[in-house]
Amino acid sequence: MSEQIQKITVTIDGKTVEVDPGTTILNAARQIGGEVVPPAMCYYKPLKGSGGKCRTCLVEVSKGSEKDPRPMPKLVASCSTTVMDGMEVKNKSSERVVDARKGVVEFLLINHPLDCPVCDQAGECSLQDLAFEHGADTSRYEFKRREFDKIDIGEYIKLHMTRCILCYRCVYVANQLTPNREHGILKRGDAAEISTYIQNSLDNEFIGNVIDVCPVGALTDKTFRFRSRVWYTKPMDASCDCGKCGGKAVLWMIGNEIARVTARKDQYGEVEEFICNDCRFNKKDLKDWNVEGPRKISRHSVISTNHYEKVAPAHTPLLNKA
Amino acid sequence: MSRKLLLNNIHVEGIHTYDVYRKTGGYAAVEKALKSMSPDDVVEEVKKSGLRGRGGAGFPTGMKWSFIAKPEGVPRHLLCNADESEPGTFKDRYLMEKIPHLLIEGMILSSFALGCEQSYIYIRGEYMYVLRILEKAIAEAYQNGWLGKNIKGSGYNLDLSVSPGAGAYICGEETALIESLEGKRGNPRMKPPFPAIQGLWQRPTVVNNVETICAVVPIVNEGGDAYAQIGIGRSTGTKLISAGGNINKPGVYELELGVSVEEFIYGDQYCGGIKNGKKLKACVPGGSSVPILPHYLVCKTAEGNDRLMSYESLADGGFANGSMLGSGGFIIYDEDQCIVRNTWNFSRFYHHESCGQCSPCREGTGWMEKVLHRLEYGHGKMEDIDLLWDIQRKIEGNTICPLGDAAAWPVAAAIRHFREEFEWHVKEPNACTTRNYGLVKEKVFEKVNA
Repeated sequence: MSEQIQKITVTIDGKTVEVDPGTTILNAARQIGGEVVPPAMCYYKPLKGSGGKCRTCLVEVSKGSEKDPRPMPKLVASCSTTVMDGMEVKNKSSERVVDARKGVVEFLLINHPLDCPVCDQAGECSLQDLAFEHGADTSRYEFKRREFDKIDIGEYIKLHMTRCILCYRCVYVANQLTPNREHGILKRGDAAEISTYIQNSLDNEFIGNVIDVCPVGALTDKTFRFRSRVWYTKPMDASCDCGKCGGKAVLWMIGNEIARVTARKDQYGEVEEFICNDCRFNKKDLKDWNVEGPRKISRHSVISTNHYEKVAPAHTPLLNKA
Repeated sequence: MSRKLLLNNIHVEGIHTYDVYRKTGGYAAVEKALKSMSPDDVVEEVKKSGLRGRGGAGFPTGMKWSFIAKPEGVPRHLLCNADESEPGTFKDRYLMEKIPHLLIEGMILSSFALGCEQSYIYIRGEYMYVLRILEKAIAEAYQNGWLGKNIKGSGYNLDLSVSPGAGAYICGEETALIESLEGKRGNPRMKPPFPAIQGLWQRPTVVNNVETICAVVPIVNEGGDAYAQIGIGRSTGTKLISAGGNINKPGVYELELGVSVEEFIYGDQYCGGIKNGKKLKACVPGGSSVPILPHYLVCKTAEGNDRLMSYESLADGGFANGSMLGSGGFIIYDEDQCIVRNTWNFSRFYHHESCGQCSPCREGTGWMEKVLHRLEYGHGKMEDIDLLWDIQRKIEGNTICPLGDAAAWPVAAAIRHFREEFEWHVKEPNACTTRNYGLVKEKVFEKVNA
């Protein structure tokens, strides 16, 4: 019965990899790793149906497949296009892709407030990384940016819609992790906004995960807001006995205090295991946790700059006030 | 006078009622199909006819029908796209309003060909009064046994209902239409899977324009070969053109494909020339999303051949020197119209109608509108023209659905052909708010030596 699954080969930027049929170009690229991986702002592997919206992962297919070697006329979204046997894909080696991606970054930034100096997401923001790597130095946009009022959507979560890039990830989280449809998109076009039913809050045991999946600082943790920059905190792997979730989390420490708790994310910023609200917002005492050791952070990440140094007292007054 | 297939009985008194429609030969095609044809025969006739989708893209209908997946035990659906919202296009409304039974007859035939037992007409929210006309006609069809169980003793069952949208242009995109019909937010889906495999409720689905479905009736009546005789080349049959703008006789015209554009604009049985004896400045031949043509490219192609009303001839010259037949919204501009203002107007429409799902379209359409607004009101800069060109280039082809392309093409074509006028708006910021630029200079085409 052990039927061998026929692997298919795909070449991305000259690097060949064998993958299972039905894999998307993006996931094939992730199997190769490194430079060939297209950036993704809306695709999120654990969430079914996500992807295809941000258009940052556009790639050029220079050869359709072994059977039909014609190139695809348009750039395709690598997160939602499945590979064919013998497909050849160009990511960074294609000028069209680099140009289109630059355009997409510019589009994403024209209505983004660029308030990184006061944004809690700064340092672990996908949009920051994307703009740094693929964007232009200056913006050609000279008009008023889109603005929304900040909304409290529950006890723990703050929605700052102005920063949102409408990746729909949080909508998928609310639809797929929680029993009720909690929130969605209102209006359309560039007036579209994430919102709950009128004046409703998001209260569900797993709704805190919308903070983790948000690629920008639109959804932030109210228990951590303005307490510290992420690069002043030390991430530690920890686990706890939790009846609701797996209890595997990362504690972001300032000294011996837990500043915030998040789920563990892989190198592409995707959550490995979703955690419950209890673990995220309420267990802020070290006694609740079984600390496993320091979290490995990419050497190039801004978070690692201060990783094992003692937090200087100069950075803590805000904490004392709170 | 060109032959009419859809509108030949349009002026008969009371044609919107069942009795009059039946007396003028209505439902004969359904009788013929149910009695003497198999579903595959109908598909074969449509294939032979060479009928192409009348909604804009011009995809061969017979081929589209043959793509539909036919898994055992899974119902299939036919959806009629009556979400006609393209600026400049109003042909479907005319058909549904005047002769609703033609659409119902076409729906029965097409559903029979595809083996659908539940079909829907998705109509835009603004056409509420048309919806009532259609519902009345459907009730009449049920009463007379053309819809429902065991139609006229053939054993074929069909239910047909009309479903209104909420007036979004994007819901005319087939996958967004399906989402909207399912009761969700009208966002286009990612393709593949195509609707022919997984459409409405994940079942195989075909979406066709109102006019396409109506055209099935004469095809079944007269045979595919006879239909293919009409028209020119691969553009077969007749097409409804909704003509508007600065012409003497705006309205909906049915014409055999292949009539020359010159005859259509200046001929007495069609538009009857430009209003007040003015000169032609530009023409949008197929609804707001197709590229605009300057006066020297309207009646002649870049090679100097006569331009005809057909899919191929209007597209002659590609995007550089041609346009598209699109959905047949024919807009004529005389010398007094401002192209910058018109482009801004179109751009404003696409900004308003973008669904906001993918970033190039969501942000780019708004940006283009703002830049064009600035140019129109004399606050623009020379760089703005190149900026616009760059924005449209980065939207086109990079979006999920064709709305991005539709927003980019009019801007691209306007800059390509009317760059002088854009520059004049920058150079003369005061004059551009009080008067218009007038005609553009004719471009001299260089002969390309092969």
